[in-house]
Amino acid sequence: MHTRTLAELGDALAAGEMSSEELTRHFLTRIEALDPRLNAFITVTGEAALEAARAADRERAAGRAGPLTGLPIAHKDIFCTDGFRTSCGSRMLDNFISPYDATVVRRLKSAGMVMLGKTNMDEFAMGSSNETSFYGPVRNPWDLDKVPGGSSGGSAAAVAARLTPAATGTDTGGSIRQPAALTGTTGLKPTYGRVSRYGMIAFASSLDQAGTITASACDAALLLEAMAGHDPRDSTSVDAPVERYADGLDRSLEGFRVGVVEEFFDEGLYPASAAAIETALDVLRSLGASVKRVSLPNLALSVPAYYVVAPAECSSNLSRFDGIRFGYRAENPRDLADLYKRSRGEGFGAEVKRRIMTGTYVLSAGYYDAYYLKAQRVRQLIAEDFRAAFAEVDLIAGPTAPTPAFDIGAKTDDPVTMYLNDIYTIGVNLAGLPGVSVPCGFADDLPVGLQLIANHFEEGRLLNVAHMFQQETEWHLRMPGGEFA
Amino acid sequence: MKWEIVIGLEIHAQLKTASKIFSGASTAFGAEPNTQACLVDLGYPGVLPVLNREAVNMAIRFGVATHSEIAERSVFARKNYFYPDLPKGYQISQYELPVVHDGWIDVVLDDGERKRVGITRAHLEEDAGKSLHEDFHGLSGIDLNRAGTPLLEIVSEPDLRSAREAVAYMKLIHQLVRYLDICDGNMQEGSLRCDANISVRPVGRHEFGTRAEIKNLNSFRFIERAINYEAERQIDILESGGSVVQETRLYDSGKDETRPMRSKEEANDYRYFPDPDLLPLMIDAAVVETARAELPELPWAKRARFSEQYGLADYDAGVLTASRAVAAYYESVASGVQDPKLAANWVMGDLAGALNKAGADVEDSPVDADALAGLLARIEDGTISGKIAKEVFEAMWAGHGSADEVIGDRGLRQITDTSAIMEVIGQVLADNPGQLEQFRAGKDKLFGFFVGQVMKATGGKANPAQVNDLLRKALSE
Repeated sequence: MHTRTLAELGDALAAGEMSSEELTRHFLTRIEALDPRLNAFITVTGEAALEAARAADRERAAGRAGPLTGLPIAHKDIFCTDGFRTSCGSRMLDNFISPYDATVVRRLKSAGMVMLGKTNMDEFAMGSSNETSFYGPVRNPWDLDKVPGGSSGGSAAAVAARLTPAATGTDTGGSIRQPAALTGTTGLKPTYGRVSRYGMIAFASSLDQAGTITASACDAALLLEAMAGHDPRDSTSVDAPVERYADGLDRSLEGFRVGVVEEFFDEGLYPASAAAIETALDVLRSLGASVKRVSLPNLALSVPAYYVVAPAECSSNLSRFDGIRFGYRAENPRDLADLYKRSRGEGFGAEVKRRIMTGTYVLSAGYYDAYYLKAQRVRQLIAEDFRAAFAEVDLIAGPTAPTPAFDIGAKTDDPVTMYLNDIYTIGVNLAGLPGVSVPCGFADDLPVGLQLIANHFEEGRLLNVAHMFQQETEWHLRMPGGEFA
Repeated sequence: MKWEIVIGLEIHAQLKTASKIFSGASTAFGAEPNTQACLVDLGYPGVLPVLNREAVNMAIRFGVATHSEIAERSVFARKNYFYPDLPKGYQISQYELPVVHDGWIDVVLDDGERKRVGITRAHLEEDAGKSLHEDFHGLSGIDLNRAGTPLLEIVSEPDLRSAREAVAYMKLIHQLVRYLDICDGNMQEGSLRCDANISVRPVGRHEFGTRAEIKNLNSFRFIERAINYEAERQIDILESGGSVVQETRLYDSGKDETRPMRSKEEANDYRYFPDPDLLPLMIDAAVVETARAELPELPWAKRARFSEQYGLADYDAGVLTASRAVAAYYESVASGVQDPKLAANWVMGDLAGALNKAGADVEDSPVDADALAGLLARIEDGTISGKIAKEVFEAMWAGHGSADEVIGDRGLRQITDTSAIMEVIGQVLADNPGQLEQFRAGKDKLFGFFVGQVMKATGGKANPAQVNDLLRKALSE
C-alpha cells in the first residue's frame, strides 16, 4: 500500500479498493514501527487522523470526495495546527499548542486530507542536516548514520521511508530541495508568494516559502493546486490564478531550452553526483529538450548575502519568543531582564542563537549599510543574473546539493562548511524563483537530486519537466530497502 | 544673555478606524483588558500583518489638508526593542519613507499674529499595549487592547519659539484632526498626545542647542508647563557653565518638573529595517486627488469665511469654528435670525456658558439651533427684551418648551402698549413724591431710579426704550 504514490492512492480510494481509515491505519502502523529508527516525527496525531479518515470516508460515501479526500499527509512542525503542539523543532515552543491552523494546513484539511502528525525539523528551520532540532537528529532511511538534510529533514525522511505518502515543508535557502535530494524524494519550492505564509512560523520572511515533499512530481502538482493561491491574511501572497498543474504534466519537451549553470559545476561538486546530473541532462535531451550553458556570475555571492539577510530577518522574527505570552519561560526570574535573558538563553539552541546574534549585528547602527543594504544589492544582482539567463532558456537545471548525504555529526562543528551545502539552492530563494529537486541517480549508494529552476510562477512548466523526466526514469520509485521496504 | 527657545513637536494621533492597523480587532476604548487583542495583536507565532487601508486614507486626508506631499511609495519598517507590552518585539512603523512629508500649516496666535509651522513628516505606525503597574502585588499586568491601534505620528519642524506657540500649534492640530474626522482628539484617553523636543540658544545664534525630548504630554497645560520648565532648566545649566545632555525626559505634572527617563547606557539601537511581511505602500495620484476633492472646509478657511460672511471679528470667528459641530450650530442659528452678531453673542455667551456648566458638547445641547434661533427671533421682533430672553433660555434649557411656549406660559411678552406703560409711570411718580421733587430740583441722576421702578413694577417686561421715552416725557410735564 505504502509503495504507491499519492496519486495512485487517490485512485485506489476512488475505486473503493480501500478506505481512508484503512490507509491511515496502515501509515500510522508504519510510523509506530519504524519512526523510532528515524525520529522523523515530533508529534503523531493518530486518533485525530483516524477520526479525519472516517469523516473522509463518509464524505466519499456521500459523493462529495475531491482528488485529495482521505489521503494522508504529514506537516512540518513549522505549520501551526489548531489544537496540536507546534514546536518548530525548539524547546522554546515545546509547550506551544497552536490555537489556529496555518493557511496551508487549513486548505489541505478542507481538501479532505488526513494529518498523520508533525515532522521533525532543524530548530526554527535553521540548519541543513536536521541536527539542530531540540528533538534530536533525524536519520536518513537510506543509511541511518547519515543526515537526511534539512531543515525539512523529518518530512523528507518520512516520505522516503513511506511513513507518509506526502509531507509539507518549507524552503528558505534550500530546506525542501536539499533534503529531498538527500533522501531520493521530490521536493518542490514554489515561487515566493505562490503559497500563503500565514501560520508558518517565520524564519526569514522575505525568503520563506511553503512547498511539498512527495514521491513524484505528479503528487506535488496535486498538492500545490490545493495549497496555492492568494491569501488575504498574507500581504506577500500573490493574487495570480492557480493553474491546474496536474493537467499540464504530459506536455512535450520538444523544442524546450534547458540551461545548465556553469558555476554549479565547480570543484565543490562531488564527482559521482556530477556524473548523475550529466546523465539526467541526457534524459532531458532524449525528451526533445536542447541543453545549453548559461552563467550566473554572481552566484558565489549568494551564500554570504543569504547569511546576512536571513539572520537579520530572523533576529527580528524571533523577538516575539520572550517568555511572556507563550512558549518557554525560565523559572523564577529575578526581574524583566532576567526573564528575557534566561527564557531565550535556555529556550533557543546554539544555531538559532548564532543567527540571532549575526542578524542583530548586521542590523545595528553603523553596520546596516555595510551588511544589510549591501546584501540586498547583491540580491538584486543575483535576480538580474537569473533574469538574463531566462531570456535565453526556459528552465535551468543542475545539482541540488554538492554531495550526497553526509555523516551525522560530520559538519556540526563547522557552520561555514554546513552553510556551503546550500550553495546551489540559496540563489533561487534570493530571486524568489520556483525550484524542484527530483531523484536522478545514486552516488555511493545514496540518492542524488537534480534541481530544476523555472521563472516566476512557472510551476506548471517546472512540474511538467519533472514529470516527463520521471516518466523516463525510475529513480523516484526506488525505496530504501531492509526494514523500510 | 537673551535666550531663544526652539521647539519641535511629535504628535501621536490615534486614528479613528473601526479596526486595528494590521488586524481586524476592534479599537474601541475602555474594554476589559486583553479582550480586544487577536492573535495578530498578540504576536502569535506564524501570524502576519495586513494593512488597514482606512488608516492610509486618513493619513492622506491629513497630508492634503496640511499642504504636504503624499509619497507615491512609502515603506513600513520594524523598530526592534524588547518590552512586555510590545508583543512582537518590534513596532511596525515608517522610518526612511513616510507616507506624508514636507507640509506646513499657519497657526494664528492669541494676539492675531500668524506663524507658519513646517510639517517634516507624518507616518503611520502601530501603538503598543499598556503595562499596568498597580493592583498586581509587586508584579506588572499587560493589557494589549491598545496594541495595534493605528497612530499617525506628526513631526513638526523645529519652528516653534515658545510654549505659547507650541500650545497654539497643538491646538490647531487637535482642531484639524477632528475636522478631518480622523481622530477623536480625546487627550485624557491618550488619543492625542505629544513629545516635545526642546533646546535653547542665545538669541541671534544660528545653530541649534542640544535638545531634550519630553515624552508623553497629554494636555495643553502640561505641554506649556513642561516646555517652560525644561527651557528654564537648560538655560540655568548653560548660564552656570554646564552643557545640556541629549536625553529623553519625563514631565511629572505632580511636581511640575522634568526628569531623565533612561540613561544613555540603556539607549536602544532600534535596528530599523523594512518589514518583509508588508509590501511597500503604493498610493495612486488619483486617490490623493479624490481625497483633496473630498476635504471638508478646513478650520482656517471656515474662520475666514465666518468673518467675511457674518461680519464677525476674527477672534469670534475663531471661537465659532473651534469644531465643526459648533460651526454648524452657529450657521444654523445665524440662518434663522437677521443679525448674525446677535447669534454669535448667544452661541459664544449663554449657550457656551450653559454647555460648559453642564460639561456637555454642542451636539448634546438641550436647546438645539432651531430653538435658539426661535428665541433670538423674539428679541429681534421686540416680543421680549434681551434680559427676559436669558430667563426664557434658562427655561428652554431646563426642558420647558420652545421660546414661544415659555413666553406664552409665563406671560413674558414685552409690554409695548403706550397707555399701559403710562399708567405704570403715573403710579410710580405718585408713589415717589420725594424723589420727584428732587429730580425737578435738578437731581438728574434720579432718572435711572424711575426707570428701575417702572421696570420693577412691570416685572421687567416693559419695553426699555419706550419706558425711557415716555418717562422723559412725563417728567418734563
